Amino acid sequence: MLDDKFEYLLRLGDNALVLSQRLTEWVGKGPALEEDMALANTALDLIGQARLWLAYAGEVEGLGRTEDQLAFLRDAHQLRNVLLVERPNGSYADTLMRQYLFDAWHLLLLDALTRSADGQIAAIAEKARKEVTYHLRRSADLVTRLGDGTAESHRRLQDALDDLWMYTGELFEVDDVDAVLQAQGVAESTVTLREAWLAQVGRTLAAATLTMPSPQAWMQKGGKQGRHTEQMGFLLAEMQFLQRAYPGQQW
Amino acid sequence: MNNAQVERIWSWLGEVEDPEIPVISIVDLGIVRDVQWLDDAEGGECVVTITPTYSGCPATHVIAQSVVEALQQRGLPRVRLQTRIAPPWTTDWMSEGGKRKLREYGIAPPIGTAAEQVISLGDIGRGPRPSATPAGLACPLCGSTQVSLTSQFGSTPCKALYRCCSCLEPFDHFKCH
Repeated sequence: MLDDKFEYLLRLGDNALVLSQRLTEWVGKGPALEEDMALANTALDLIGQARLWLAYAGEVEGLGRTEDQLAFLRDAHQLRNVLLVERPNGSYADTLMRQYLFDAWHLLLLDALTRSADGQIAAIAEKARKEVTYHLRRSADLVTRLGDGTAESHRRLQDALDDLWMYTGELFEVDDVDAVLQAQGVAESTVTLREAWLAQVGRTLAAATLTMPSPQAWMQKGGKQGRHTEQMGFLLAEMQFLQRAYPGQQW
Repeated sequence: MNNAQVERIWSWLGEVEDPEIPVISIVDLGIVRDVQWLDDAEGGECVVTITPTYSGCPATHVIAQSVVEALQQRGLPRVRLQTRIAPPWTTDWMSEGGKRKLREYGIAPPIGTAAEQVISLGDIGRGPRPSATPAGLACPLCGSTQVSLTSQFGSTPCKALYRCCSCLEPFDHFKCH
């Protein structure tokens, strides 16, 4: 079904779009100049990836919607990102942990999608995978150093991990859209991804001297189906303001 | 005639600067993947295929504009740009001349091939630190290999920031990608 593929592409695109928007909120306020640049660079990669996914989504949908229209003219209930990426930035520890948990999943997912039965999905994944490798190197490195750092940095990272953990289950949730695309070989088996992610995250957290919460813990979900948290409206209000106030405005 | 025209177009494109690093051309950078000349009754059409570097690189748009402008100034009225994303751009496509020009400009060029950069997913997050400096990376100013990484992300998506421990100058390294 084309509708399923459209939905799946929106999920890929919206994850990148919303996380990119969150990261740009840090620009000019990073704790160090290098980190400011790293956040901006990561955001830039993600907005580029969002553009590729959403442009393809618009093509699959076949109604002539461009990536800009999909990004700026859908309301919260029409966005398909996981709840993890819309979590507020919080402290730098919260932002960093959110990024690490996402990057570890993102790289595994993109790696799997390079073998997708859909050629365009495979091509975008191959391009994005190279970029996300840098993202994970940085976030895994910083989580390790700060987790295994001072008592204060350790405490902040552990608190961030405990707060964000309930949003990680959705990364591996299988609904009808996922099931259809997995059966077609377009999307990757979520079970395989989850095992690889738990192993990878487990190793990094152990190196960071952080305690991994239980994988069996109760998990939040709903973002993939358009049921978002309260923060989503505020995020969109800022991101979409210009196109809502001045429809069709261009550079 | 057709081949000669295509060759001319390649040489013109070889004069189009990269907007972020003006010492190298877009051909040196390896982003021009194909040039075609289609003869027709209306004076011919030029089709240039470009592979963007990083997904979100803001220079991509400027490069597209520069290509069209450069070719129109040379008297080609109709220029069509195609974007190709597969296979993805890699620094393996950068010319040797381009790498030399980068070094002379003060940017340490990429080292090795992209295939060597593919890391086993399981290796990330367990030592040795994956952000380790590539072997042979030398300061473009004094040539010392005593360098340390300041930030994996530099002034543009394609560069990382390093510092020379011998002459103490900071410098950009064009990452192998």
